[in-house]
Amino acid sequence: MNADEARLAYVLRLGDNALILAQRMVELVAVRPDLEEELANANFALDYLGQARLFYSYAAELEGKGRGEDDFAFLRADNEFRNFLLVEQPNGHFGDTITQCVLFESFYLLQLAALTTCSDSRIAEIAARAEKELRYHVRHNAQWLVRLGDGTAESHTRVQASLDRLWRFTGEMFAPDDVDLEFSAAFDGPDLAAIEERWCANLASILETATLRLPESGWMASGGKDGRHTEHFGFLVAEMQHLQRAYPGATW
Amino acid sequence: MTQNKEWPLYEVFIRSKAGLSHRHAGSIHAADDQMALDHARDTYTRRSEGVSIWVVRSSNIVASDPAETSAFFEPAEDKIYRHPTFYDIPDGVENL
Repeated sequence: MNADEARLAYVLRLGDNALILAQRMVELVAVRPDLEEELANANFALDYLGQARLFYSYAAELEGKGRGEDDFAFLRADNEFRNFLLVEQPNGHFGDTITQCVLFESFYLLQLAALTTCSDSRIAEIAARAEKELRYHVRHNAQWLVRLGDGTAESHTRVQASLDRLWRFTGEMFAPDDVDLEFSAAFDGPDLAAIEERWCANLASILETATLRLPESGWMASGGKDGRHTEHFGFLVAEMQHLQRAYPGATW
Repeated sequence: MTQNKEWPLYEVFIRSKAGLSHRHAGSIHAADDQMALDHARDTYTRRSEGVSIWVVRSSNIVASDPAETSAFFEPAEDKIYRHPTFYDIPDGVENL
């Protein structure tokens, strides 16, 4: 794999993470517990959708085969997506969503911060914009994790269970593969080992405030970065792509 | 949750740009002060309406009593000399 191939794959992964998490949040539109959180969720989904579009547009330019952002989002098969397993996990209760967001976003924020100083100026610009959005997401969702963890006995038990269940999907974020290594070497990209260290420290501090227990590191699921997804993913993609598949080229 | 308790009401004040004062934008529900600030941000500044937000518990606002309107405000109505309308403004002065 040369540097250009790694960069294209890396940018697509960034776009895929943003798009798939946006799609999960879109599923929650109109079912959040109150109007204010409803707006917050929709804002977050739009932030991610905007980031996905920027990454896909750049990927389209890098690829140079005439594909556009819609082709990446709506006309690829499920095994062509390279998002983390963590962001595709189905929505459960409110605490599941908050936990999923805290785990992913506290990683993504560090990844974006590192990308703002990479040597590819387009990626650095997109990362700078996204980082501002993510700083707010992390603040908002971490506060919620603290409220739920340090809330009632019921909320504490349920959100601890969310954490224990989702924990197995976090290892993939920090396990570098050829794309990560080649991109980082060629474009001065993120050092995943350093990010993992800071992520653990940040998370431990949030969990301490939330009176939650950091799960023990054990077996970790992986495969999202290679296109091997969990069983829920096909349904997400089917719903997301339905319109373009049923009415190819439809616009409004 | 066995009951669906309403969160307290907060009043939201937004400053649209530096130099202007905060103006009342509306109200939101939130469980605590930090959440109130987040909700105000998400509800009232989605279209770049502000550079600064204040939130305050509605119950902490002391308001004038509508029944006291005559005692509070009417005495000022016939005191026109309190308005600076009796000065001759020299020509060419736009702002005094």
